[in-house]
Amino acid sequence: MSTQDRPSGSPGDAAAGPPDRRDLAWYVDMGVRVLVFAGGISAIVFIFGIFVFIGKEGLGFLTGPFRPGEFFGSTAWRPTSDYPTYGILALMAGTASVTGLAMLLAVPFSLGAAIYIAEFARGRTRETLKVLVELLAAVPSVVWGFVGLTVVNPAIISVFDVPVGLGVLNSGIILGLMATPIMTTLAEDALKAVPDTYREAAEAMGASRLQVVVRVVLPAARNGLVAAVLLGVGRGFGETMAVLMASGHSINVPTSVFDSVRALTATIAAELGETADGSDHYRALFTIGILLFVVTFAINLTADLFLRGRGRR
Amino acid sequence: MFQPTPVDLRNRAREGLVRWLLLGLTLVIILPVLLILGVLAWKGTPALSLEFLFTEPREAMTAGGILPALVGTVWLVAVALLASVPVGVAAAVYLSEYAPDNALTRIINLAIMNLAGVPSIVHALFGVGAFVYFFRFGTSILAASLTLAVMSLPVIIVSTREALQAVPRAFREACWAMGATRWQTIRHVVLPNSVSGILTGVILEVAHTAGETAPIMFTGAAFFVPFLPEGIHDQTMALSLHLFIISTQVPGVPEPVPFAVALVLISLVMSMNAASIWVRTRLRRRKKW
Repeated sequence: MSTQDRPSGSPGDAAAGPPDRRDLAWYVDMGVRVLVFAGGISAIVFIFGIFVFIGKEGLGFLTGPFRPGEFFGSTAWRPTSDYPTYGILALMAGTASVTGLAMLLAVPFSLGAAIYIAEFARGRTRETLKVLVELLAAVPSVVWGFVGLTVVNPAIISVFDVPVGLGVLNSGIILGLMATPIMTTLAEDALKAVPDTYREAAEAMGASRLQVVVRVVLPAARNGLVAAVLLGVGRGFGETMAVLMASGHSINVPTSVFDSVRALTATIAAELGETADGSDHYRALFTIGILLFVVTFAINLTADLFLRGRGRR
Repeated sequence: MFQPTPVDLRNRAREGLVRWLLLGLTLVIILPVLLILGVLAWKGTPALSLEFLFTEPREAMTAGGILPALVGTVWLVAVALLASVPVGVAAAVYLSEYAPDNALTRIINLAIMNLAGVPSIVHALFGVGAFVYFFRFGTSILAASLTLAVMSLPVIIVSTREALQAVPRAFREACWAMGATRWQTIRHVVLPNSVSGILTGVILEVAHTAGETAPIMFTGAAFFVPFLPEGIHDQTMALSLHLFIISTQVPGVPEPVPFAVALVLISLVMSMNAASIWVRTRLRRRKKW
C-alpha cells in the first residue's frame, strides 16, 4: 500500500509539516467523498423534485379552474361532468373521519402496548411481542384493504345489522391496525430513552412500579409520545389502498360511522388512471397531491420538533 | 418489620390490575396478525397449487394462475433495489462517516424524515409526472421501479446509518492510526463489520417494496399483461395490484382465488421479514463488542 512508503521521520520533517500525501489513495478518497456526498444530498434532491413535479402540474390547476371557495367549501367533486366542479370538502371530511376514528382506536392500544413492552415485559416475552408488532407492520396495505373487504365487512354487517359494512368504521379499524405498529415502536423508543436513573430515584423513594411509570416515566417521555402519535396520524392520513378498498368510496360527508366515505388519497388512486395528461382533472388530482404533501410535511416537521425537544432535556 | 402496609397492598393490587390491562391492550393489537394469517391460509389454500403459481391467468383472470404477477413483482423489486441500495448506502456512509454537525446535515436529516412520511400516492404522482412523462420512460418497469426506489430510499438510509454507527469508533481510530485514509477505513473496517446490519435493513425493505401498490399502479404495473416482461421498458403485472384488481374490479372470480393471491403475497413478505429478523438475532449473538 502506498501509505507504507512514507519516509521515516527525521527532525527536518516535522518543521516541513506533514508530508504531502497526494498519492492514489488520496485521490480515491476524494472521489469517494464526492460520491457519498452526492448520495447524502439525494434525499433533499428528491423532496425538492417531488415538490417541483407535483407543484408544476398543480400550478396549472391553481392558475386555471381553481376557485378557493369551491375547492375547500363545496362537497361537489364532479370533475368529469360537462360543467366540472372541484369541491374537496367531502373528501377532506372522509379523510378526517377515517383518520380520526383510526386514532381514537389505535392511540390507547398503541400506548398501552408500548408501556407494557417497555416497562413491564421482560426477556423472552418482550422480544416475542416486539417481533409480533413488527410482523403487524409488515402486512402490505393492499392486503389490509382485502381484509377490510372480506373479513371486517361481513363482521360489521352481522354484528351491527347494517346493509353494508364498508365505510368509516371499517376503514377506521383497518387504518387503526395499520398505524398501531409505528406508534407502538416509536412510543416504546420514547419510553426507553428515559434514563434509568429517573426510575431508580423514584423507586428509592418507595414508589411502586406503577407510580414510577405514571408519575415519572410518562411525563419524562411526553414529547416522544406526542411525536409517536403524530407520525401515526401521518401514516393514517396518507394511507391509500386500504382506505380505497374499505371505505366504500362514495362521496359523502359522514353522519354516522357506518356511512360510506371517500378519502383524498383514494380519490387520486381511483381517478388518475382515467385522466388525460395535462387535463384539468389530471391537474386537480395533482393539486390534491400538493395538499397531501403539505399536510404530511407539517405533521412530520411538528413531530421532529417534539423529538428535538426530547433531545434537549 | 417487613409486613406490607395497607398502602403497599393497595399499590400492589393496582399494579397487578394495570399490568393485566396493558397486557390485554397489547394482545388486542397482536391478535389481528395471527387472525389474518389464519383466515388467509384457511381460505386461500384450496386454490393454491403449483399450477396456480406457474401458469398464466385465463378467462379474464377468473381462472389460471399468477405467474406473470409473481415474475413482475420480482422484476419491480429487483430494479428498484439496484437503484435505491447504492444511493441509500452512499447517503448513509456520508451521514455516518463524513457529515459534520452543520445546517446542511440537519436539512438532510429533515428531508429523509419527510421523504419517509410522504404518502405513497404522492410518490405515485411524482412517478407519473417525473419518470413516466418528463423523462419519457412511459409506463414501464423502469418508471415503476424508480418510483419505488425513491420511496424506499429513506428507509435504506436510516437502517444503513444505524448499522454503520453500531461499529465502535475505536475500530476506526485504530485504522486511521495505521495511516489509512477515510475510504480505506470504511472499505476495510466499517463496511465489513456492518454488512449484516445493512442486509437486515435491505431485506426488510424488499418485503416492504414487494407489497406496495399505489406507487406502481400508474407508473408501470398493468391490469393484465398476458406475457412475461422481457426488459425494463415493458409493462408488467404485479402481485399486489393483481390482488386489488381481482378483489374489486373483476366480476366472477371464484372466492378462494383472491385469498390465494393474498396468501402468496403475505407469505412472500412475511418470509422476508422472518429472514431479516433471523439475520439480526444471529448478528446480535455473534457481536463481540
